[in-house]
Amino acid sequence: MSATFIGMPGNFPKNAEKAVQDSQLRFNLRKATHTIRDKRAEVVGELPDWGELRAAGKAIKDDVLHNLDRYLIQLEEAVTRAGGTVHWARDAAEANRIVTDLVKATGETEVVKVKSMATQEIGLNEALAAHGIAAYETDLAELIVQLGDDFPSHILVPAIHRNRSEIREIFLDKMPGVSRDLTDDPPALTEAARLHLRDRFLRSKVAISGANFMVAETGTLVVLESEGNGRMCLSLPETLISVVGIEKLLPSWRDLEVFLQLLPRSSTGERMNPYTSMWTGAVEGQEFHLVLLDNGRTDVLADEVGRQALRCIRCSACLNVCPVYERAGGHAYGSVYPGPIGAILTPQLRGMTTDLDASLPFASSLCGACYDVCPVAIDIPEVLVDLRAKAPHAAAERAAMKVAGWVLDDHERLATAQRAATRLRRFVPKKGLPGPMSAWTDTRDVPEIPEESFRDWWERAGRSASAEER
Amino acid sequence: MASGMSAREEILAKVRAAVAGAPTVEIPRGYRTRRQVDDLVGLFAERVGDYRAIVRVVPSAELGATIDACVHGRRMVVPDGFGRDGGWDDLDTADGVMTHCAVAIAETGTIVLDHGPGQGTRAQTLVPDYHLCVVLADQIVPGVPEAVERLDPSRPLTWISGPSATSDIELNRVEGVHGPRTLEVLIST
Repeated sequence: MSATFIGMPGNFPKNAEKAVQDSQLRFNLRKATHTIRDKRAEVVGELPDWGELRAAGKAIKDDVLHNLDRYLIQLEEAVTRAGGTVHWARDAAEANRIVTDLVKATGETEVVKVKSMATQEIGLNEALAAHGIAAYETDLAELIVQLGDDFPSHILVPAIHRNRSEIREIFLDKMPGVSRDLTDDPPALTEAARLHLRDRFLRSKVAISGANFMVAETGTLVVLESEGNGRMCLSLPETLISVVGIEKLLPSWRDLEVFLQLLPRSSTGERMNPYTSMWTGAVEGQEFHLVLLDNGRTDVLADEVGRQALRCIRCSACLNVCPVYERAGGHAYGSVYPGPIGAILTPQLRGMTTDLDASLPFASSLCGACYDVCPVAIDIPEVLVDLRAKAPHAAAERAAMKVAGWVLDDHERLATAQRAATRLRRFVPKKGLPGPMSAWTDTRDVPEIPEESFRDWWERAGRSASAEER
Repeated sequence: MASGMSAREEILAKVRAAVAGAPTVEIPRGYRTRRQVDDLVGLFAERVGDYRAIVRVVPSAELGATIDACVHGRRMVVPDGFGRDGGWDDLDTADGVMTHCAVAIAETGTIVLDHGPGQGTRAQTLVPDYHLCVVLADQIVPGVPEAVERLDPSRPLTWISGPSATSDIELNRVEGVHGPRTLEVLIST
């Protein structure tokens, strides 16, 4: 079973400090993120109307969020009409209970899974395991993560932190019946995974998936993938259970014309991903259950600034361009949602009650590259700054900020403070400020305090000099 | 929240409270919904080829003979409505499947199956390792919006762009994971 992020200790700076010491990890991440970002730039550049598609994508998702109650009811009606059953889950525990009961009702003790962020978010595999149900991940990267008892580190390529020789070791160690002659050639490793899962696909009676989109108007669910494991899980088993966040809606069938252009190009950097499956209700004799998941989303929706994070279509373009993600890697974020989107989504979904979650809004240089590439124009820096203000701050920091605010509020007070600093300049150390200020000087020098402030210089020399020039 | 409220009622109530007073959103649709492509067959063939699928443009009179040549002794699943006899029925031992499609997209090199007559079930087009797909020239549309407009959402749909692939190991693209490892597209003109 793969491990779960829930209740992970530490905080972002501590986690990142460890990660940046790992040169293999940094090499793997740099290579991967640069490769995908270049591919993305190329295929996005092919479309002359990318800006218009992005504007439409943003507006469609805002429309969904502003009318979410209406669209959810419309979706429920459409899915039910097409022979599916809709369930509602307030939180992770409720969703896990619903899915567990559905699987138990089939009498099966094994399920196959399509890569899904929502089911990772709620820790479904662990919940099923507690009831004696084994959940098998079928996406190659998820399989690598699961067999390695590891954490995913990227939304799209969860095993991005592993190189081929590490993957070979995991397969030799954990994959039953694998040939001892297995090489670390990617096609050979892929073939081993194909053979390992083939039988399981043909045998499994229950599959669990997420969805990229749900169309309210028609009740259609959409899954984009590359390998065909999604098609296997969605079409072969007798029972299909899809767990989907309530924000994954699109209002109308037509809206897919926008998102089927935005998502593949932003995500894998392809004109189109190899396979996209769409189904409406129960298909070809299958039994279909849809579990609509809240788990903190309605709280995010209530925040006027933060709610834009719910526009996210999980493409991971923001991860691939982020200078912080490229160096720290996905694990440092302590969540299934790493990178810039994770830094705004995780603290909102889980609240900022742990040291880790409260540190996430600060895991950014605010450079804005994430906003530029976001296909639904989420202003991630804006939300980060807003969350930073809402995050808990230490008493000393709050007191210092209060004093700073008081000083900066009045030019007389500022001038007095600057003159005091000038007089004391010799006594201020260049490095290693005391107490909580040491956090700042750990990685920086104290800037030199000038002999005279600009204001005083201007009063003394500048004003008269500029008057003379005139 | 009050106990006794169902999850459905509670989620909907929270949604309504969260977005009360949120403004109406106008959706700007300034993107291209119609593309002008002079050589649809040529562009489609080029883009399918970019995915490392095999593509041939075949005059309709030669289609039957070309299919024979492609089959070349393979045990092929032939779905109902394809218009050919002598298919192989057992999926597990079949070498391949031949299908028509519902629509094809030039700009992205995509074929879409709606699993109607001649297109097989979802399993039939997935389990065999070789997929031979016949696309009629007039089924090719320029872009994604034109395809979405032609498709029926009440049908199960499978969009296929090249053979099954993964880039999960060091981002090296490897063709052929769980879906058909070989995709061959015949464009009948």
